[in-house]
Amino acid sequence: MARKKRGAAEVNAGSMADIAFLLLIFFLVTTTIASDKGLAIRLPPKPDPNEPPPEVKFNERNIFKVLVNSSDAMLVQGEPMSDAGRLKEDVKAFVLNRGRNPNLSESPDKAVVSFKTDRGTGYEKFIEVYDELKGAYYEIYAEELGITADQVRSLEAEGEPSLQERYKELRSEIPMQISIAEPSKAGGN
Amino acid sequence: MSKFKKKTATSQDIPTSALPDIIFMLLFFFMVTTVMRETDLMVMQRIPQAEQLSKLQKKSLVSYIYIGQPKETERFGTEPRIQVNDVLIDPTGIVLFVNQEKDKLSEAEREQITMAMKVDREARMGIVSDVQQELRNANALKVLYTTTPESPVQL
Repeated sequence: MARKKRGAAEVNAGSMADIAFLLLIFFLVTTTIASDKGLAIRLPPKPDPNEPPPEVKFNERNIFKVLVNSSDAMLVQGEPMSDAGRLKEDVKAFVLNRGRNPNLSESPDKAVVSFKTDRGTGYEKFIEVYDELKGAYYEIYAEELGITADQVRSLEAEGEPSLQERYKELRSEIPMQISIAEPSKAGGN
Repeated sequence: MSKFKKKTATSQDIPTSALPDIIFMLLFFFMVTTVMRETDLMVMQRIPQAEQLSKLQKKSLVSYIYIGQPKETERFGTEPRIQVNDVLIDPTGIVLFVNQEKDKLSEAEREQITMAMKVDREARMGIVSDVQQELRNANALKVLYTTTPESPVQL
């Protein structure tokens, strides 16, 4: 009996591609790519109403003052500064002064960067300046540890235990003290 | 001549059976890397760029606060507003919102709650600091200003 020669049984896969595309497009539309990155801040705890506010005695030279007004103009240590990019170098020089220059900080652990804005200051400017301030500290850590600033930032989550240990020590030696003051009322809403 | 004729007998179809596999691969990639949109944004969100980014560790501990100009300006005005969970609220509502979010977490994790602030770049610091004061009142002290990584080309 002669048998008909059959070809290999094939499923028509063309429509399967269409279905997959449909699903793909559905997911593209209904989902967002997670963008959970940003500048982390730890707010100071609420002052206890029963206790008098602690008396803060700061040596004037240990405070690095950055002011941004409602028209986004910057005043750094009393001097106007137009370019936020220069801020990093200034902060680094200020923190790592170790008492050499009488106008700059006494020691890294006493140095405080004070950042004050107006209510009318643009959020974008705030982020730009805060980014620079944080960047200065990360660069200091990076130089001390001999790695790049990117690696320092990832150290907070994961990394070699020995390196993390050193990073922890460094953080207590040179704490990242960026104080964000409550904005003044000018130009706000 | 016959040598060449043989070739024409082969089928002209391009095998497409691998195509669904490729598309499914793409599909799975998107399913894994993305999250469902959980809220409908009622405020503008043009996130500023920054360099010194840290990544969020635990997503379950994160709640989002959106600040920006309302999209429906004829209904809500042009001033930046605060949005949480599909509603626009005043800064005074933040404490309630934080407590609701904290209730969703287990006892041990409550103090670890992180508030991610997604703020439009056109917003002003006034509203941002109002929210921050309320967060201090609500004892939610970990705040993350969501930013996108800096791209070499400025938009």
